Amino acid sequence: MSKKFIILTSLILVLAIIFTGCSSPSNEGKDPAGNNQTAGGKKILRSNNSSEPGSLDPALAQGTHESWILENVFEGLMTFDENGELVPGMAESYEISEDGLTYTFKIRDGVTWSNGDPVTAEDFEYTWKRALDPELAADYAHILYYIKGAQAYNSGEGSRDDVAVKALDEKTLEVTLEAPTAYFLELTAFYTYFPVNKNVVESNPDWAKDPETHVSNGPFKLVRWDHNAKIVLEKNESYYNADKIKLDGIELDIIEDQNTAWQKYEGGEYHILVDVPTSVVAQLKAQNDPQLNIGNQIGTYYYNVNPDVKPFNNAKVRQALSMAIDCETITENITQGGQIPAEGVVPYGLKDENGNEFRDGVGSLVEYDPDKAKQLFEEGLAEEGMTLEEFNSGQFVILYNTSESHKKIAQAVQEMWRTALGIEIGLENVEFQVKLDREKAGDYQISRGGWIGDYMDPMTILDLWWSESAFNDVKYNNEEYDKLIAESKATDDQNIRMENMRKAEKMIMEDMAVIPIYFYTQPYVVKENVSGITYVPVRYPMITYADIAE
Amino acid sequence: MSKYFVRRLAMSVVTLWVIVTITFILMHSVPGNPFANENKNIPEVVYQNLLKKYGLDKPLSEQYLIYLKNIVRWDFGESMKSNTETVNEMIARGFPVSAQLGLQALLIALIIGPALGAIAALYQNRFPDYISMIVSIIGVSVPSFVMGTFLIQFVARNVDWLPIGGWGEWRHTILPSFALALMPLAQIARLMRSSMLEVLGQDYIKTAKSKGISRTAVILKHAVRNAILPVVSILGTTVSNLLVGSFVIEKIFGVPGLGMFFVNSIYNRDYTLIMGVTVFYAIILISMLFIVDIAYTLIDPRIRLTKEGR
Amino acid sequence: MDSNTIYTKEMFQKAPRELRESETIKRPSISYWSDVWRRLKLNKLAMAGLVILIILGIMSIIGPYMSDFSYYEQDYSAINLRPNKSYWFGTDELGRDLFSRVWLGTRYSLFIGIAAALIDFGIGVIYGGIAGMASKRVDAIMMRIAEVIYSIPYMLIVVLISVVFSSTGAGTSMFVLILAMTITGWVPMANLVRGQVLQLKESEYSMASESLGASKSWILKKHIIPNTLGPILVNVTLTIPRAIFSEATLSFMSLGLQAPRPSLGTLVSDGLAVMPIGLFYQILIPAIIISLVMFSFNVLGDGLRDALDPRLRK
Repeated sequence: MSKKFIILTSLILVLAIIFTGCSSPSNEGKDPAGNNQTAGGKKILRSNNSSEPGSLDPALAQGTHESWILENVFEGLMTFDENGELVPGMAESYEISEDGLTYTFKIRDGVTWSNGDPVTAEDFEYTWKRALDPELAADYAHILYYIKGAQAYNSGEGSRDDVAVKALDEKTLEVTLEAPTAYFLELTAFYTYFPVNKNVVESNPDWAKDPETHVSNGPFKLVRWDHNAKIVLEKNESYYNADKIKLDGIELDIIEDQNTAWQKYEGGEYHILVDVPTSVVAQLKAQNDPQLNIGNQIGTYYYNVNPDVKPFNNAKVRQALSMAIDCETITENITQGGQIPAEGVVPYGLKDENGNEFRDGVGSLVEYDPDKAKQLFEEGLAEEGMTLEEFNSGQFVILYNTSESHKKIAQAVQEMWRTALGIEIGLENVEFQVKLDREKAGDYQISRGGWIGDYMDPMTILDLWWSESAFNDVKYNNEEYDKLIAESKATDDQNIRMENMRKAEKMIMEDMAVIPIYFYTQPYVVKENVSGITYVPVRYPMITYADIAE
Repeated sequence: MSKYFVRRLAMSVVTLWVIVTITFILMHSVPGNPFANENKNIPEVVYQNLLKKYGLDKPLSEQYLIYLKNIVRWDFGESMKSNTETVNEMIARGFPVSAQLGLQALLIALIIGPALGAIAALYQNRFPDYISMIVSIIGVSVPSFVMGTFLIQFVARNVDWLPIGGWGEWRHTILPSFALALMPLAQIARLMRSSMLEVLGQDYIKTAKSKGISRTAVILKHAVRNAILPVVSILGTTVSNLLVGSFVIEKIFGVPGLGMFFVNSIYNRDYTLIMGVTVFYAIILISMLFIVDIAYTLIDPRIRLTKEGR
Repeated sequence: MDSNTIYTKEMFQKAPRELRESETIKRPSISYWSDVWRRLKLNKLAMAGLVILIILGIMSIIGPYMSDFSYYEQDYSAINLRPNKSYWFGTDELGRDLFSRVWLGTRYSLFIGIAAALIDFGIGVIYGGIAGMASKRVDAIMMRIAEVIYSIPYMLIVVLISVVFSSTGAGTSMFVLILAMTITGWVPMANLVRGQVLQLKESEYSMASESLGASKSWILKKHIIPNTLGPILVNVTLTIPRAIFSEATLSFMSLGLQAPRPSLGTLVSDGLAVMPIGLFYQILIPAIIISLVMFSFNVLGDGLRDALDPRLRK
């Protein structure tokens, strides 16, 4: 028996030696710098990037967890300045043709890659075509579909040469669009449009995997990437606007657990934290804590109601369902992130033709009135020849994709409907794709929906319910609505566009094709000694121009 | 002997094949789509491109054969969520981390557990016994995710030297190791206590005592050495439990180990990573069982003849 | 007296009462189970566990009805209230009464645990019993199969199955959770039963009964099952907390029960969300109950094992 023990112990010891032997190299070369905010007089901004980037190659990036890093190490033709204004970045100037279809960008003089190569127009042409290459299978390729020939090439139907982006010379880039797109300039500040260094990418396909070979053109450069643990950025001294950058570097932990990250922020280890636990946001908000910032997002949270299922085909029923939801209670007590109770489908933060808030020009189209809801609901049911008992025995459910916050909201809505209308509706959570598939197949009664805009124009939301839109979950099909949308898309005249879109929003809300619940926000916390953090609605809070006071 | 070895090896291979197959079937019956992203559906065209990239457009039977072939070649494929690392690279990076954590936890459990149990037995129904019993009851009863969160909340926040989470330096490993060690520690302490009590009642201990051997010598040379044997016998299970038990602990403490990859790959529906990690875990555990079994047979001739199955 | 002596009635006299009584067994005869029970009663820890389990069991049945509030009713004016007079365990983030939620959660968790253990038991007894009684060849094949199944890491398969089913729209129903937990869980039970059966099959009394013409099923019913019951009972008692524990871990990974149904696991993971703002009661209460359940089943199982062990008989 004791021999057995000896063998096992030695086995474990041998394994131990092997494993520690494996893991020790990764522990080398790590600076023991603790929580020193300005180690060696350097200004290092610390924060948490809540998940491991899938890729730091802009073409292959998949979402917000990469964008925060990419936006600091790369720069597009246009960029956002310290005030959050869209300004020329890699481009020095641009021209737009009369018809709004052709853009000609002049690349800034003297801009270089972090390896010293000049940034050229060819880099951009190469980058965009590369992102559209079906072989590369980039998730976000569709954001380039505004460019003429882009979709055809990406879907394997067109050729690479037909993509209408061309470097006329080393410094001039010409782009032709499919249709006039008022927000195209803004798109060039989006990460999929960020350039990559053609020579580097062609000579080393794995260039983006290692900080040693990672080449970028932004205010910072990547110096360390400990997978699932830490990312370190260092100021890029050769950046053309280096004077404006106050930070010497940025250090981002990669911790997925929200609570753990918050504990680290609270313990003084971070200067800023974006992914804050809801309960903490609520508490900080109640205390009016100056550390809390709530940025508007261009996005709407809503419920789809399937118009093909009786009695949801009845507009009165849909209106009643909407009226029975107390959106303010949901935002105040459940989501608690400073979300704005929905007043329609188009969120705040979008400008109309006069530079005023688009939302204000339409007014609130959503009301909370449980009594009226009850009355409307009964009328609607009666029109469909249905009784409350029949409704309740119909086993209708709210379909949502699995997530804690969707779960909470669904439970609240379920309860509000139960108390206001006396109806029993179940809950069902499924995986996101299952929800999409079932929506597509019409196999649902009510489902959670949401949309975050890609650009700063009401069209980014209203386009969803155009009858042929791929994302029209409720299959809203209204000829007049389609006409309004088509007209707005075909013209550059802001007066006509905005007027049409206002009409369209009123139309869809009268039909109550979807039940809006709230407008998204982006809460984040910043320590009081940090300044210069700007917020652009379609982005994560910008830390590029941040400064840390002693 | 060699016959037993071969048969045992064949069994392990069959088991592995079953696990690989089950995992493959399960993962391919999940209707989800790893490329979907909330609030941002991707157009059909892009989706088709992605399917082609990961070979998901081929018929299922062909995918299965390719997968089997790749596993034999020790290639788990490309992660669906990371364009930076392959599943192999992730496992190569995550496993040493998990192993380090697991081994540290095992050491803690192996040092403190038997000591606690032995002391409890020596001072039966006295103060040290109660202390040790409380520790082992907490260890067995409190789920590790509760323990982990409490350690962060009440220990890490109040002790400056202990980081709240993250990875890199040795001090990062302390709290997660303890959180992970608690459960096996408690099990070992309980086992040790009862086997120690049994041993202490044996005649040979009394004989040793009556021969005038000092108390310390009796305890160390005779009692502990004999009482620890049952503890050894559960080591195999403990090791595999530690490996798998780290799922939750790694997630809470932000430790970039295999456990965290597994949990995250589930959140992200990164099917190749889920399959890779599952198969890898299975290989580790099955080889572990295999080695222990063979080692036992080598030492103990009695097992060779009678042992059937487990 | 010579050999011709005739014994007459008169020659006999009635034995005195005292003598007759000395022949009877004074101690009441103790059956196996009452003996086990007697020894279990001496184990204070196990009895504490049993009492706690009974209390928890009763509370899980009546608890949800004791409160004025149902487990799903939401009161937004009473969100995150600490335990007080009207809400004995406080309220959660949606203003729901935690008292009724916690007890209902206890009910579901216990149900999952017990159901999983019973299914393990059922499959294990049938499979193990058949393997034990069958021919060597069949036995060998059946045990190989069981061995392969058991080599599948438990937690991995539980998670995988929950992922698959929770995605398909069945939600994570109670059924799926239980299925996931029993898919490999029955093997130790089967092994145990088979081992016992083999041992008993060879034993003298079953041989005796076989030679007296008893059928196989009769032996199984009359001898083998009653005698294997002890170790099986211990196994069942230790399976329940494992299932409850797994359910809690799954809930932590958002693979728990369908809302608004609570289980102890989902309650703990809900409680985690408000921990950073110092509302510890929301996690503490369900965590304590899970711990109590785990503790009770473990000590009860240990106590049972000791009580059943004839070597420890005093």
